[in-house]
Amino acid sequence: MSVLFVVIPLALVIAAVAVGAFVWVVRTGQFDDLDSPPVRMLFDDDPVRPDEPARASVDGVTPRASR
Amino acid sequence: MTVLAAPATVAPESVGSATGSAVGCAHCSLDVPKGRLDPDREEQFCCAGCEAAYDAIRACGLDEYYTLRERLGGQGEPVALDNTRFVEFDDPSFTERHVKGAPGGALVADVYLQGVHCAACLWLIERLPRVVEGLVSADLDLRRRIATLRWDPAVTSLSQIAAALARVGYTPHPVEPSAARDARRAEDRAYLVRIGVAGACAGNVMLLAFALYSGRFDAMDPIWTAFFRWLSAGIGLVSVFGPGRVFMRGAVTAMRARSWHLDMPIALALAVGAVAGLINVIRGGGEIYFDSLAMLVFLLLLGRWLQMTQHARAADAVELLFSVTPRRATLVEGDAGDETTREVAIDAVRPGDLVEVGPQCCAPVDGLIERGATSFDESILTGESRPVERAIGDEVAAGAVNLGSAVRVRVAAAGRDTRVGKLMATLEGLSRGRAPVLGQADRLAGPFVIGVLVLSVVCVFARLAAGAGMEHAIESTVALLVVCCPCAIALSTPLACAVAMGRLASRGTLVKGGHVFEALARPGRLVLDKTGTLTEGRFEVRAWSGDVSLKPVVAAIEHGCPHPIARSLAAMNDEAVQVEIADIEHRLGLGGLGWVQGARVAVGSSRFMRELGVAVSESVQAEAAAQRARGRTVVYVSRDAEVAAVVALGDEPRPGAAAAIDRMRALGMTPEVLSGDDPTTTERLAEIVGVETFEGHASPERKAERVGELMAEGPVVAVGDGVNDAAALASATVGIAVHGGAEASLAAADVYLSKPGLAPMLELMRASRATTARIRLCLIVAGTYNVAAAALAITGYISPVLAAVLMPVSSASVVALAAATRWKGGA
Repeated sequence: MSVLFVVIPLALVIAAVAVGAFVWVVRTGQFDDLDSPPVRMLFDDDPVRPDEPARASVDGVTPRASR
Repeated sequence: MTVLAAPATVAPESVGSATGSAVGCAHCSLDVPKGRLDPDREEQFCCAGCEAAYDAIRACGLDEYYTLRERLGGQGEPVALDNTRFVEFDDPSFTERHVKGAPGGALVADVYLQGVHCAACLWLIERLPRVVEGLVSADLDLRRRIATLRWDPAVTSLSQIAAALARVGYTPHPVEPSAARDARRAEDRAYLVRIGVAGACAGNVMLLAFALYSGRFDAMDPIWTAFFRWLSAGIGLVSVFGPGRVFMRGAVTAMRARSWHLDMPIALALAVGAVAGLINVIRGGGEIYFDSLAMLVFLLLLGRWLQMTQHARAADAVELLFSVTPRRATLVEGDAGDETTREVAIDAVRPGDLVEVGPQCCAPVDGLIERGATSFDESILTGESRPVERAIGDEVAAGAVNLGSAVRVRVAAAGRDTRVGKLMATLEGLSRGRAPVLGQADRLAGPFVIGVLVLSVVCVFARLAAGAGMEHAIESTVALLVVCCPCAIALSTPLACAVAMGRLASRGTLVKGGHVFEALARPGRLVLDKTGTLTEGRFEVRAWSGDVSLKPVVAAIEHGCPHPIARSLAAMNDEAVQVEIADIEHRLGLGGLGWVQGARVAVGSSRFMRELGVAVSESVQAEAAAQRARGRTVVYVSRDAEVAAVVALGDEPRPGAAAAIDRMRALGMTPEVLSGDDPTTTERLAEIVGVETFEGHASPERKAERVGELMAEGPVVAVGDGVNDAAALASATVGIAVHGGAEASLAAADVYLSKPGLAPMLELMRASRATTARIRLCLIVAGTYNVAAAALAITGYISPVLAAVLMPVSSASVVALAAATRWKGGA
């Protein structure tokens, strides 16, 4: 049982590290926006097609082929 | 030519429901006016802005946006297209203030995007880097509507990115630094850190408490008991004096201000619990309270943070993020006959300079017209919906929109010295200086602290008198203090408010503070603005007497003229009848004319008719007078030399306005109409909606003054939509900004209704009543519980352990009550 004298403080140290990490994450602003990430993860990543032609034009956006 | 090249002339067309077809716009899903139906296209659009945005999105291969939006239940917004080049985004002064360098040679800037409304916008904006060359990434913060753009300066410029954003329907604006926003962010982060620490402490102390509680039955070895108690004390003290310090600070601040705050009894309970617990740990006997205390700190912080997030959400959504006046001006330099014009930032314009205000442009400065004549829409300042004519020597105010031709203006004041600038400064001062509203729970705090202190003294003596030892008496007193901790009372108000705010927000009503509910639940004065609040805020054809066959002709003549009257006449062509008209001519401030099959058809004012030599018969004049008496504007239509029709246009009250006002009166509100419009129109409207008190020609300053007068008598709720209402909204107990309002009024108001009509206002009042009633119920339940527990503690029936268990039970019951707030018509 005396192992508890070591294990519990150790567990508390680990918890303190986790809290420290949380504090760092908050301070670097990663929790500032709580609305966008939950929606962002719903969008499918569409595959990037390398064979696609360059799409930019004078206006910075591509013209549609036909209209 | 690319599809995305902006059309040369685009007038934002009215999206009148009265003239709408059953077809929805492919971009914004609003009704498409019948005159705009295009049989050659599969998709239909309500305006040119939407059409251009739709084509741009399609052209970029991002059509999935529409599917996504439908799936996410989002609603589009009509796009007012402008063909500006956003040159001010490349200005060195802009770069210096807003653009930062990033590793790898890229540049980073934040821009505020007007028109962001749902999650599908997030998808669309974050996919733009694939189609805009040089744009490395675009990250959108959905709540604040601020996109962080990262681009390669060698390939593109910010103005080009800005133009691309505008073309897909989001007009970018520079993000003006806001002290309030920074403060909110810092506060939010501080609370999250506190919650994190408090949560970790509470969880770990709870684990240790389980061991201690079960050890009680199994006769745990004393050395383990002592070890666990010391550990609990250590973690508990971290919680109380770390994240829990915020309550101590609140208590000290309130004490310095000699006022009562709910932080005081909380701080007292925390301090007493911590000291008693520590003493018991040291002497090795008696109850330690650290598990309850750590849990209490965590729960209270969580409740406060929830409420704060709702406040911040509303405040972020309606904050004045960009200026109402343009950020650049066209400066005219050189002598007469040899003049050059150039675009300059507004900061460079000085009084005495000459600037040009083009058609459809917003005047950047206050000044006098030196050349040209035009009509201005000054509704932003005056609330008056009708355009005013301005000629040489007349004053022009910054913020007014030029509806006619270009004029040159000699600058009298620029920037903060303009009338709009001064109004904004007053507004900021008013919003800052507003006294914090003492909540119901805080008002209870005083009697509560005194009561608990008196009771604890009574408790010591009562226990001693009952023959208990000193140790036992102190034990009971500590139990009393812990069980009477007002955490249920402290939690009920923020939770009930957060629940109501969240539910209202999902229905389009944004509430910036909990005090709104309390103020709206009480009877008071209701000051209503006319244009845009009680009325649609839009000119429409209300009556047509005379030759109906001329309708399409009139519509065709007026087509393309930006004057509001002309726009509503042009929207009248319901059946999209094609008519051949030759030599269409518009005369500024008078009307327009054209030739149809050899006959001259003219549309315009009586002055125009006189100038053209058209006879206006007495019967026509009588008809016109009758319409004017109803607060309408009259336009004549003539064929050759005689008047063929009389058209009456007006800004009519919203449907159901009278009924809604009746209900509000039933809820204890005394309504009153205060308008910048002329007194006859105001009187007429007040009569229609059934309000006895009214005042016309009220300047923004007068509105604020009137609200101040009424404030002396009791709470005042001010409702409005324009910049001219902003000062009134800010000085009222509760300011409500309505749908479609100017940004300034949103910043000043406590509530923003994003749905049109008076129904949301009525719902807000009902929600306020339900919320305050629920808070009262929670307070009664918590109070009864505290009294009963106190009585049991004094008589010695509650041991400190039982107190520690009972306390969270009371909190949980109150939390459940607060979370279940419902109201009639609420979701």
